[in-house]
Amino acid sequence: MFSYVIKRILATIPVIVIVAAFVFLMLRLSPGDPASVIAGDYATAEDIVRIREALGLNEPILVQFTKWVGSLMQGDLGISIFTNLPVTTLIGQRIEPTLMLTLTTIIFTVLVAVPLGTLAAWKAGSWIDRGVMLFSVAGFSVPVFVLGYILIYVVAIKLQWLPVQGYRSMFEHGLWPFLRHIIMPTLTLSVIFIALIARMTRASVMEVLQEDYVRTARAKGQSEVKVLLRHALRNAAVPIVTVIGIGIALLIGGVVVTESVYNIPGLGRLVLDAVLARDYPIIQGLILFFSFIYILINLIIDLSYTLFDPRIRY
Amino acid sequence: MAKATPTKRPEPVLEIKGLSVTLPEGADREFAIQDISFTVGSGEIVCVVGESGSGKSVTAHTVMGLIPRKDLKPVAGEAVLNGEDLLVKSEAELRKLRGERMAMIFQEPMTALNPVMKVGDQIGEMLEIHTGMSGSERDARILEVMTDVNLPEPKKLFDTYPHQLSGGQRQRIMIAMALALEPGLLIADEPTTALDVTTQAQILVLIKDIQVRHGTGVLFITHDFGVVAEIADHVVVMQHGLVVEQGPAAQILGKPSHPYTQMLISSVPSLIPPDRPEPEVKETALQVHNLDKTYGDGGFFKKGRQVKAAQGVELVIHRGETLGVVGESGSGKSTVARCIVRLIDPTGGEIMISGQNIAGLAEKALRPYRRDVQIVFQDPYRSLNPRRTVGQSIVEGPMNFGLSHSDAVDRARELMRVVGLSPDALERFPHQFSGGQRQRICIARALAMEPKVLIADEAVSALDVSVQAQVLELLDDVRKRFDLAMLFITHDLRVAAQICDRIMVMQNGIVVEHGLTAQVYANPGHSYTEALLSAAPGRHTEFAKLA
Amino acid sequence: MSVDANPQAMEPESVPAKAELSQWQIIRSHPSIIIGGILLGIMILIGVIGPLFTVDPIALNPIKRLKPPQAEFFFGTDFLGRDVFARVVHGARISLVVGLAVSAIAVGIGLIIGMISGYIRVLDAIIMRIMDGLMSIPAILLAIALISLSGATLATVVIAIVVPEVPRVVRLVRSVVLTVREEPYVEAAIAAGTTLPLILYRHILPNTIAPMIVQATYICGSAMLTESILGFLGAGIPPEIPSWGNIMAEGRTYFQISPWIIFYPGIALAVTVLSVNILGDGMRDTLDPRIARKM
Repeated sequence: MFSYVIKRILATIPVIVIVAAFVFLMLRLSPGDPASVIAGDYATAEDIVRIREALGLNEPILVQFTKWVGSLMQGDLGISIFTNLPVTTLIGQRIEPTLMLTLTTIIFTVLVAVPLGTLAAWKAGSWIDRGVMLFSVAGFSVPVFVLGYILIYVVAIKLQWLPVQGYRSMFEHGLWPFLRHIIMPTLTLSVIFIALIARMTRASVMEVLQEDYVRTARAKGQSEVKVLLRHALRNAAVPIVTVIGIGIALLIGGVVVTESVYNIPGLGRLVLDAVLARDYPIIQGLILFFSFIYILINLIIDLSYTLFDPRIRY
Repeated sequence: MAKATPTKRPEPVLEIKGLSVTLPEGADREFAIQDISFTVGSGEIVCVVGESGSGKSVTAHTVMGLIPRKDLKPVAGEAVLNGEDLLVKSEAELRKLRGERMAMIFQEPMTALNPVMKVGDQIGEMLEIHTGMSGSERDARILEVMTDVNLPEPKKLFDTYPHQLSGGQRQRIMIAMALALEPGLLIADEPTTALDVTTQAQILVLIKDIQVRHGTGVLFITHDFGVVAEIADHVVVMQHGLVVEQGPAAQILGKPSHPYTQMLISSVPSLIPPDRPEPEVKETALQVHNLDKTYGDGGFFKKGRQVKAAQGVELVIHRGETLGVVGESGSGKSTVARCIVRLIDPTGGEIMISGQNIAGLAEKALRPYRRDVQIVFQDPYRSLNPRRTVGQSIVEGPMNFGLSHSDAVDRARELMRVVGLSPDALERFPHQFSGGQRQRICIARALAMEPKVLIADEAVSALDVSVQAQVLELLDDVRKRFDLAMLFITHDLRVAAQICDRIMVMQNGIVVEHGLTAQVYANPGHSYTEALLSAAPGRHTEFAKLA
Repeated sequence: MSVDANPQAMEPESVPAKAELSQWQIIRSHPSIIIGGILLGIMILIGVIGPLFTVDPIALNPIKRLKPPQAEFFFGTDFLGRDVFARVVHGARISLVVGLAVSAIAVGIGLIIGMISGYIRVLDAIIMRIMDGLMSIPAILLAIALISLSGATLATVVIAIVVPEVPRVVRLVRSVVLTVREEPYVEAAIAAGTTLPLILYRHILPNTIAPMIVQATYICGSAMLTESILGFLGAGIPPEIPSWGNIMAEGRTYFQISPWIIFYPGIALAVTVLSVNILGDGMRDTLDPRIARKM
């Protein structure tokens, strides 16, 4: 058990190193002069020199890498070209809305998708199952921002039930304004995540329902509901939790788009602003930040397997 | 143990009357079971015996109400448990009867137990569903039934998970669960098939003992006549969904009247080796010296457990003789075979073929020697590439060694005749053949390489008993015809007795005994060999032979 | 069910022939293939010959800007007075090209790396760590970074979408290889002296085809979505090309007064991706029921 935890933690180190190396090399090995690409078409020669200086591109590549890793280890994700602020500071300013939006989305998704997927698996072939599968295919097909605009159009503009855009902090403005502003972004962002997790839950529960021990439970005279909850869902937990972790990557992509549609001043907006301002250090810093978060969440999920499955004790 | 025929059968617990169950449309026959009738009396063990596809399992599952009603529909007859027809019961009524009045144990105790639930709780679930017992009453009863099935240290085992137990212990847990509410009927679906022979013997004793002590009626599904001989009071023989014959065990085993039963029983290999001439010692085909195979070497943390799958194995096979390697699961017998074929790399030792030690040869240097050793595997359904025709599979090897396509096809056609199949079938795909036929094709594929050594790794273990006899005959035939040295790996002492000139017994990776088959069977020199032989089911029964 | 029970069945002439469902019967039992196929066929047709029948999608007409849908402009006009219908029809071509190119390239690269990883132990650990690393970088951010470094062209957008898709293909191929290489028929081929390249080609590769076709359809759908998101965020194909993402990006500002500029390309995109996904689901169920359970 303990050695499993240690092993899992150590196993993330090479992944972190590879992500860091990849992000580092992406800039250095890109075709052409990265400094002039970043500076854009209308940049002056001085701009390019300034950017090259800021990115440290003049030094030998190994020196650059050592310095870069060294500053990464101290939690330094680089400095924005245009605002001259550390990326970590910018992240700190913008993290709250993103964190809240992802949390509400994950909670809403799990509450909807897991029961839906379980029900679909239990009633495989029924209209409920078909409905869930149809929703799931459709959810994978509609672009997040189109969904967002449809919601805005119907709920905010036509029905005028909820505000069109913006974000209100729970801590500054209170719970109700926060909820009014977060409902539509959460719904928008949840659709693809629900599609993914409902589908995976359905598949896993269906597979478990074929298992011999489910037959044993039925042979004991156990009721279908308890067969489903106590035997099937418990055994399907590992793949479901795994896909929730993998889905985090999908969620991060969706956050960028959703925040842009609803004008939420979070990390997603920060990415977009950086793209428009050609502020590459911010993009790079955010990639590292999100990747590390993703690795961390998946590490936690790996460790949670020991709660679900007693067989995992290497 | 042939038992005295009870003149009058006890009161029936279960009566099956004219039961028919249909198969879904598009199956190869209309009925899974058709118009079958038999009874199980209280305190009686009734064995339903048949080959795969006979409908014996469907019968058991129909009684329990565990068949998928969408695909398998009971259309006629009754299944009466204590005077109540189970087929007209609602799902809720059936749920109440399951566990309380009838219980079931299954073939594979590992998969039949929930892997993420403590075994004590799984037994307790039975009590929780059907009784209003308090927690402490439940725990007391769980420990009581665990003791009843002779589980050591029930208190300690209560909190374990299935994967921490041995196969025999898991099956005991299943039995304890089934017995928790003292049901009148116990349905056992091949409960010992997945177990090693010594464990099987213990579980059979336990079931017998429980049936005597609790007066339970047992419906015992099996394909193994050895097991039938061991425990049955009454035998029902099924074929293609029909009951072809039934009667008291002694009568069915000793004087079967239906031709199918006669054929089945006469196909059961005898435990007594036939008279074989002492093999003349010919040229050595394969010599293995001090072979070691260790799994899980060290690892990153040096905590990885080391498993010594084979240790210091010595063996010699000469052309024209068959060496049997017998042992239970985990004995290392398959490891030895796979090392010799170099599907896995041995950790140490020598494997001498055609004057060359191939134990450490790199793949390229090894390739010329590969044709000398060929192997036939256990599972006929996975041994042939489903996307390639049988012909393509057979010619692949010879063409690797430079034979032209037309010559290879000619050889394949001839070998198809040798193994008893039509040469025209070369164009067909594996799924068009039955299991036994596929095994013949695999033998043809091995022979196409013109090997010196043929390894049969449990090659007849997955086959029905009648087919098994034919494939064994074929193997013995090709051994003589091509002067092959045959290494015959099996867990089945009956099969080994019939085909092997010499026998090697393995336990935990070590060869514990080696000798002429007749001598080893008559005077086992090692206690483990003795244990294996005395655990073989039906060893006291002389099965009827075809006239 | 086995025919072994009958000893007569072993005679050579009585090799049993199982009734086989024809390809057509199998497809008919999965209507989603037909529905998805027809929908996708229509979208491809629109993409290929549609542009021949529309007005110039980049012709400016400032007098008629932001007109709602009407007989002259089915989908209305945008803020420069360009015909949204013509732009959407042209956009179909770009979306489909991106979708097909990304899925073909990602599957091709993934297949090769996955086979190597599944069969060569030494490289496996290294390759899989790299893939794990790539998978931890959110796809859209990775694409944005790649594009902002190398400049936005159709080719760089395609490459930027391919890179994050590759690890998924590699993992799938590798898992198939690892399963199949344990099959006794592969071991029999090894024992028969078949060389590694031939084993991969004859016995392993055919097993990857069905899951790869299915995976390719999913990648195609997700690539079209990613392309539109990149365009929408202003990080995609150059804005002068009328891709669906670009049309919608330009419509954002005028969303409250002219929502059709976003809705029509949005619907076109959703229908196209939906048809690809339905087709993918149908093929998954048809080609291999076993992978159906894994996805």
